[in-house]
Amino acid sequence: MYHVVKKRLLATGIALLDVNAPAVAAKVEPGQFVIVRVDEQSERIPLTVMDFDREKGTITIVVQDVGYSSAIITGMNEGDAFQDFVGPLGVESEIENYGTVVCIGGGLGIAPIHPIARALKDAGNHVISVLGARSADLLILEDEMAAASSEVVIATNDGSKGVKGFVTDGLAEVLAQGHQVKAIWAIGPMIMMKAVVDYTRSLGIKTIVSMNPIMVDGTGMCGACRISVGNETKFACVDGPEFDGHLVDFDLAMKRLAFYKDEENRAKARLECNHEGGHH
Amino acid sequence: MAENVESTKKVKIPRHEMPCQEPEVRARNFEEVALGYTEETAVEEAKRCLQCKKPKCVSGCPVEVLIPEFIKKVAEGDFQEAGNVLKIKNSLPAVCGRVCPQENQCESKCILGIKGESVAIGRLERFAADFGMKTGKSQFEKPAPSGKRVAIIGAGPAGLACAGDLAKAGHAVTVLEALHVAGGVLMYGIPQFRLPKEIVQTEIENLKTMGVEILTNQVVGKITSVDELMENGYDAVFIGTGAGLPYFMDIPGENLNGVYSANEFLTRTNLMKGYKFPDYATPVKVGKNVAVLGAGNVAMDSARTALRLGAENVYIIYRRSRDEMPARKEELEHAEEEGIQFRLLTNPVAIEGDERGWVKSLTCLRYELGEPDASGRRAPIAIKGSEFDIPMDTVVVAIGQGPNPLVTTSTPGLELNKRGNIVADPETLMTSKPGVFAGGDIVTGAATVILAMGAGKKAAAGIDQYLKGK
Repeated sequence: MYHVVKKRLLATGIALLDVNAPAVAAKVEPGQFVIVRVDEQSERIPLTVMDFDREKGTITIVVQDVGYSSAIITGMNEGDAFQDFVGPLGVESEIENYGTVVCIGGGLGIAPIHPIARALKDAGNHVISVLGARSADLLILEDEMAAASSEVVIATNDGSKGVKGFVTDGLAEVLAQGHQVKAIWAIGPMIMMKAVVDYTRSLGIKTIVSMNPIMVDGTGMCGACRISVGNETKFACVDGPEFDGHLVDFDLAMKRLAFYKDEENRAKARLECNHEGGHH
Repeated sequence: MAENVESTKKVKIPRHEMPCQEPEVRARNFEEVALGYTEETAVEEAKRCLQCKKPKCVSGCPVEVLIPEFIKKVAEGDFQEAGNVLKIKNSLPAVCGRVCPQENQCESKCILGIKGESVAIGRLERFAADFGMKTGKSQFEKPAPSGKRVAIIGAGPAGLACAGDLAKAGHAVTVLEALHVAGGVLMYGIPQFRLPKEIVQTEIENLKTMGVEILTNQVVGKITSVDELMENGYDAVFIGTGAGLPYFMDIPGENLNGVYSANEFLTRTNLMKGYKFPDYATPVKVGKNVAVLGAGNVAMDSARTALRLGAENVYIIYRRSRDEMPARKEELEHAEEEGIQFRLLTNPVAIEGDERGWVKSLTCLRYELGEPDASGRRAPIAIKGSEFDIPMDTVVVAIGQGPNPLVTTSTPGLELNKRGNIVADPETLMTSKPGVFAGGDIVTGAATVILAMGAGKKAAAGIDQYLKGK
């Protein structure tokens, strides 16, 4: 069993969990993910790693309550345990000294961008992080990102903090300052990553995105996570999750995310129903 | 002479059928199709065996089960002992009694089969193994420990068979499994209605009582590597990672919603119990019309699963003719009885989608048979201008699997062939790396459970020899 050793609520419906998984923590690198399963009836859920502590043997994940399984995970407390916790999975980020790099994290995407920013900074890069959220109260991991970056720019949709607008507006501000940006990492909702790569394509700045499609096994066995990159089918679980964003077919990827929308709604409704009948 | 009279009499006794659920009933449930022999039928069937002095059946069995010996025990009514005899050579008899292609193996060699019908060896194996399972009595005396440790990568048929034989030889065995449960294709691939998962797990529990340690959630190539295992005190490693990489057809529309690899479709249904959604949280989705591309056992499993998940029309789409279909005869018959529709000499060329990205129809070409090709089968030739559309909601691609590269690419010095399969010595199954052995689908390409088990046993013998020489 893989116990939750620490839990912290980052915002309404967003939980950070430190999970005891020493063998995974010993090997994981920035950019990789784990697959968790709460109990016998649960789905296998892929989650990109937010942090790891090789000495304590923990992996940190951040989960937002958006569906049936994520509601169960965000409801877990210290002492609770995952039945299964597999990893590290996927290929690690290509960390080297590029010069100046931008790390863009949108919404929950700030969590997986965190270890990448830190590793890039440790490798000698000037790391400018652009963090986006709908509003200031939904902005997560600001302190952690400040520590992992050389500079931080914040963008909120409602303007309650930082630049008013999207992460692309934050990025525009960075570029306007005249930085010679060599590479960009962008992680967040598909629609955000698409907006970023559409913007950077004409600028010719290499932009890496981290894809989070539907997965089952996470080892290349089922092909559920296939995406199209440069007109070639790739499995995000073993070929990625990071890809050259300028080559990713985001329209296809977004359609594929909706594969089980009806079933997800059904499961979520049932969960809420059970709660009403139960302890509410 | 007496023996000849005896055998003439026995030839005349017909082989006993095994009762099954009625097709129209079973096509809508996930319960096991075949129900197994009663004790009376098993004894009657066992009595048909001639007890040949030089049994040919054994030579047809990849794991050399002591066939006449166990059948004799069944005929005597000593079912417990029959099960014990099975276990001498076979670590998973209740599995093999269900999924082996006996008609091409042991039963094809049976003398009774020359003039009549062979002994139903598979059905008797199933009966005896199930009896042993019910009583829970398993005869196993732990051998003296050899002091050697072996790591096995993959808890599928090859790895489990290898583990069983190594444990019997006194070696300390640790099996590393990537998924959250041991069993490999027996758990994720073969459906519940053909091989109940409870049976697989009981067989695996048996291996554990023999001292085999099984660690799940261990993706070798990521959390550890073959080299690390060797450095960390294992004296030998066996790689039995199977054929875990689905092939697609490379036709337009394969990334539409509604298109599955057979691996995904079966994994969602079997391993994740998607057929019990929403009690189990993993969904699996079939529409009204389902096409399964391919005609092997995996294709039949997929088609019959689709039917049980509620599809109205399930088609097998195959470009050759019935004679060339690679699935077992019994599986083809079961599928057809249940209402699976075969569209033969038909090959899909494109999957058409709607504006939301969902499968709408399948475009196919008609084929005719030409001269024999390299495989010896008559080559299918497309008929020009014969394109036609079939309305479709779900497409399952079941055209085969390749070797999963996670272990092979993380093991420097491991010789592979051009298809990415591991090259192993045919006698010992040792790879190009000393002390590292491999067997099953990762060596041969996708084949059967029993061939993988045979390879696992062979590797166990090779490993045992290697360890004795160390």
